Amino acid sequence: MTTLLDKIWAQHRVLEREDGQTLLYVDRHYLQEGSAAAFEMLRQRGLAPRVPARALAVADHYVPTDSRDLAAVADPERREMAQVLGRNAQGGGIRMFALDDPRQGIVHVIGPEQGATQPGLLIVCGDSHTSTHGALGALAFGIGATEMAHVLATQTLWQRKPKSMRIAVEGTLGEGVSAKDVILAIIARIGAAGAVGHAVEYAGGAIERLSVEGRLTVCNMSVEAGARAGLVAPDDTTFEYLAGRPFAPQGAGWEEALARWRALCTEPGTAFDREVTLDAREIVPMVTWGTSPEDALPVTGRVPDPAAAADAARRDAMLRSLAYMGLAPGTPITSIAVDRVFIGSCTNSRIEDLRAAAAVAKGRKVARGVQAWVVPGSGLVKAQAEAEGLDRVFLESGFQWRHAGCSMCIGVNGDVVEPGRRCASTSNRNFAGRQGPGARTHLMSPAMAAAAAVTGRLSDVRRLMAGA
Amino acid sequence: MDPFRRLEAVALPLARANVDTDQIVPARFLQKPRAVGFGQFLFHDLRCDAAFALDQADYHGARIVVAGRNFACGSSREHAVWALQDYGFRAAIAPSFGDIFHSNALKNGFLPVVLPEAAVDAMLGALLAAPGMRIAIDLERQRVDAAGETCRFEIAPFAKHCLLEGLDELGYTLSQVARIEAFERR
Repeated sequence: MTTLLDKIWAQHRVLEREDGQTLLYVDRHYLQEGSAAAFEMLRQRGLAPRVPARALAVADHYVPTDSRDLAAVADPERREMAQVLGRNAQGGGIRMFALDDPRQGIVHVIGPEQGATQPGLLIVCGDSHTSTHGALGALAFGIGATEMAHVLATQTLWQRKPKSMRIAVEGTLGEGVSAKDVILAIIARIGAAGAVGHAVEYAGGAIERLSVEGRLTVCNMSVEAGARAGLVAPDDTTFEYLAGRPFAPQGAGWEEALARWRALCTEPGTAFDREVTLDAREIVPMVTWGTSPEDALPVTGRVPDPAAAADAARRDAMLRSLAYMGLAPGTPITSIAVDRVFIGSCTNSRIEDLRAAAAVAKGRKVARGVQAWVVPGSGLVKAQAEAEGLDRVFLESGFQWRHAGCSMCIGVNGDVVEPGRRCASTSNRNFAGRQGPGARTHLMSPAMAAAAAVTGRLSDVRRLMAGA
Repeated sequence: MDPFRRLEAVALPLARANVDTDQIVPARFLQKPRAVGFGQFLFHDLRCDAAFALDQADYHGARIVVAGRNFACGSSREHAVWALQDYGFRAAIAPSFGDIFHSNALKNGFLPVVLPEAAVDAMLGALLAAPGMRIAIDLERQRVDAAGETCRFEIAPFAKHCLLEGLDELGYTLSQVARIEAFERR
């Protein structure tokens, strides 16, 4: 009995060490600006990238989103972060999508978009949200700088095989409920450490019926539940998504690949180390109220009361979160006013995300006093949205329409939320200070973020959809 | 990499779960060059609160962090390890760690010790009751001594060997390059 994880693992095993760690062969290494230290380690040892053709580089974290002009970046350290990647890629013979290339974008958006992310591949990147790529049936996980240097030098990585966990979402999602709500509901259920040491395979009818883009959103936030990797078994939805993409196999190669990919599934009846099942019908639009992604609850709820916490440690954590977030226990979620709205990030910046947000924004205006941004995940997503007229919808509603990058998810390019300001965000982390020092983040889906933008407060998008 | 054998030092109690990598070193400092020393940014925003333990006299010279579950969850930034190390920390004790941090730590000679939640809770209680208390970690014997209690911990033999000898993995892998070439020829 084997799992999807077992199969991919076995196909990449170079050798085993006495302590049970496996040297795995890496098919694809995505690189962004965070790789600078790894290239430095390589230079210090006099080493060069072993298989540069397996790497693909793109600057996403430090790039400006108000223009495509790196020279206009005032902060010399930020400018250097975006520029040094170009030098390292060039020096190492590594392909890079430069800032003026329409294919530039967030690394976890462009990998799938280009068809470089494929079923059965072993993919790493120096970024924890590399778990995103598992949506296409790849084994993909984030690594640190020393590991990046190891991959560059040897095209391999030592790993202990994670335990297996299956999260099944059965049944059909309700109207206005998206992939983001599914993953927030999962994290609320199992906790931010709920999947530590595991690779999660998502399954069940609700996952099977998600588009690839929805699955990318789910797998993206696996790491917020503690799992380094999340996977969905590839199926016809996956194959249709990949067909014809630039890096995907073509012609006879495509048929061979399909035959291989169809075998990538967990054998029926295989037991996982842990199994969790959610009922899709019980999932409603979710928002976070605190400073951990596990602090998620239905938008119909109220800010929880620390007095009702299970133990003293949890009570203290809740008190700290509420103080940081400037919220009082018992406050209805839908009465919380927002200052900023951010629609973007590797979690939710793909075309379907922008369509969902635009459907809510269309014919409505961003509320007075709210500054709302849309940051597409790539130049190609931006172009597609413009071809569909979504940019006009957003601009006429009063949103800013910006260039591709990580932007306000992490704010290292200067796109930050001001101290004490409250942001409805489609990103993945509501950690204290994540969107800027003192910034207060509420995570939610693109449709919910658009609803917050036009109402000026956290809102149940289903009420707007009903025309209420 | 400096070898890690035995460490007896003041321990800093962080009696909270999910201390994420943005708390350990905020993202806005990641653009600094490695040589700048990341110790100055360790727990930067938490230290704005005067009640935060790190800057209190009792914890001067602390080299061990004791924290709640899921310590260093979040991003893959190795800066989280570097900030702790540059400040002077050599080990952390928690019921669980963010997976990526755990692996980054071992590759930098920083010891992540996983102990049962009850043992960590007891240790945190003792540290909070006696600020400045010292803890001893013996890697060779895989034991922690704190407040009269001894706990044994698990660590993978290869990681232990690398820590004890101050070795890194890359040298070993490069010695196995024939196996990698054989895999590539398949």
